[in-house]
Amino acid sequence: MSAGSPDRTSVANADVCVVGAGPAGALVADRLTADRDVVVLDAGPRFDPDDRLARQERAIRPGYDRPDVWDVGGERDAHASSGERFYPLNHARVKGVGGSTLHWQGMVMRLHEADFDSETERGVGADWPIDYADLRPYYAEAERELGVAGASDNPYAPPREEPHPMPAFEPSYSDSLFAEACEELGIDMHSVPNARNSEPYDDRSACVGYGTCQPVCPAGAKYDATVHVDRAEGEGATVIDRAPVQRLEHDADRVTAAVYATPDGTEHRQEADAFVVACGGVETARLLLLSESDRYPDGLANSSGTVGRFFMDHLFAGVGGTLDEPTRQNHVGFYTSACDQFYDEADAETAPFKLEFFNYAGPSPVEEALTGDDWGDELLGRLRDGYGTHVAMGGLVEQLPRADSYVGLDPDRTDDHGNPVPDIHWSIDDRALRTIERANEIQRSILEELGAEIEWVAGPDATGPAYHHMGTTRMSADPDGGVVDADCRTHDLDNCWIASSSVFPTSGAMNPTLTIAALALRVADDVERRL
Amino acid sequence: MELTRRDATAALAAVGGAGGVALAARQRADDPEDGDEAAAGDGDNEDDAALDDVAVRASMTAVAAVLYPSEVDGVGAFVDRFLDGRLDGSAHAKGIRIAVGELDDAARSWYGGPITELSESECDRLLREVGADTAEEDSDGTLAERARYYVVNELLLALYASPTGGELVGLENPQGHPGGTESYRRGPR
Repeated sequence: MSAGSPDRTSVANADVCVVGAGPAGALVADRLTADRDVVVLDAGPRFDPDDRLARQERAIRPGYDRPDVWDVGGERDAHASSGERFYPLNHARVKGVGGSTLHWQGMVMRLHEADFDSETERGVGADWPIDYADLRPYYAEAERELGVAGASDNPYAPPREEPHPMPAFEPSYSDSLFAEACEELGIDMHSVPNARNSEPYDDRSACVGYGTCQPVCPAGAKYDATVHVDRAEGEGATVIDRAPVQRLEHDADRVTAAVYATPDGTEHRQEADAFVVACGGVETARLLLLSESDRYPDGLANSSGTVGRFFMDHLFAGVGGTLDEPTRQNHVGFYTSACDQFYDEADAETAPFKLEFFNYAGPSPVEEALTGDDWGDELLGRLRDGYGTHVAMGGLVEQLPRADSYVGLDPDRTDDHGNPVPDIHWSIDDRALRTIERANEIQRSILEELGAEIEWVAGPDATGPAYHHMGTTRMSADPDGGVVDADCRTHDLDNCWIASSSVFPTSGAMNPTLTIAALALRVADDVERRL
Repeated sequence: MELTRRDATAALAAVGGAGGVALAARQRADDPEDGDEAAAGDGDNEDDAALDDVAVRASMTAVAAVLYPSEVDGVGAFVDRFLDGRLDGSAHAKGIRIAVGELDDAARSWYGGPITELSESECDRLLREVGADTAEEDSDGTLAERARYYVVNELLLALYASPTGGELVGLENPQGHPGGTESYRRGPR
């Protein structure tokens, strides 16, 4: 160990080793630390909270791409994209303590009841081996842990037992414009749950309106997983950063050690009684594939052959334009109203989808000011012309799990440790594409009712991923049908759990993080029970 | 519209001081542990070009007079206060000093005097002749790209992330400014 470097050696007699310090790993660690010796390994660094304003500046300045904000990229994060559609993986993740919650938008909806029974209720997809009722108490707990601002005014939301921990953010001025149009069309608007403090909560400040929620909240009002990592460390957990796990050593039915590398070029073995893999929907599958052995020649925990298969993301559908009046956009970086009215109309032909009313349509003047060859009065004139009358709607659409949409290993390229990089082979089903058109149709009708001149449509050809990686170690009661059982424990290995959206058999169309958090809390309870 | 010290303080609150994470240096995941020390302007020749901070402040103020719209007043005090928080010991501050120094050298060569003695139209021409109008900002790039990064965009960011800069455009809580959660709910005035 060189002077000044933290101790990254392994911990003796650990009860639990958690791989990944994103929201799932952080919640598992926090919940188990009181009674167990817990070690958390993360591939990326600890980020200094004092650097957040500088990271915000990177987010605003044109000289930096989105991955630069949180130092993503380079050999460590090399990847391939071999599917029908390019997948911009390094725009879609952050590696480090806090994980992708460092750059997320912070929207936290519960899945609907039918999302857990897609095959039964909608005739497509795969049923989860658990129901909404199984997860319901964990959803409530996850809302308290993350700190969710919300209201009970959404008639389409699944049943809940208590109010959200914080009041919802009030609707925006532009929401009031949308409301008039929606009323004419018989379309319901309602509040939306935000993992963002509408008032001081859990020793974190209320939102102060920086407007750069995605990719960085300098105020700490938006939840990120450093909250639970810090708490777990305060209670005695050991967190080792810059410690990418290379492989999981194992015998026939147990993981015995996580082998990780450190910046000084050495490898260490972290042994533990239980292992929780919480590396997200891409790296979780990759780690299992990298851990192949004579016993598991196709990858660890892969007797079903489903590791890496069924990769899903949510698809964006949107329409935007301008009005002939001010719309007051870009004061905040989050949205305050949504429409789930059409979600449960889903069937075999149409996917579930939700609609969002943006508060950040059109260009941000400060970002616009930093591009172009003008300045002085000419620049101000351009900014005034470009700002003030935009409106836009977004939406997320479910894609079905398909075996030909997968995360594999690229045999031709390796990362900074010589391991094959992940290959994202992303394919989208026709039902999802049709549903994007359906969402566009509703969005267009609302904007037309508003009197907007429509300037862009993100339809089936222009859609992109919402950066929600799901499905690659699916949950199944049948060991031949998935990687983990209903408790998120791998079918093959008795002491290995997966806490991640990678276990989602079918994704629904709601942002996944609240479900990830609820599952993580449930995993922690199961680990505790079995230790 | 008057730019105030409060605006400058607010702009600093938006972007912070220049220290901390190496803003200028694009740190990659594979960089060594303390790799964020690397930054622009390590060469001796570039150091020679760096101006002292009094001259940097005066030059930046002269450039701001060109970059900022004619309806704002109080540019000198605003820039001065903003630079209080930016001209520290960081690599970013060093980049500012060097870029301004090289611009000043160009002013002396092409116009026979320092930036502070140029007319606004001469200063405008100087910026365009070095290419700062069409260059994409790059903290490690050519003079044009660094002038865009450390001088032009530095000053435009300061203005348009401040409340007064935002209000010029019709947005009293511009991105980067922690202006609270009231204004997004208000209708037009």
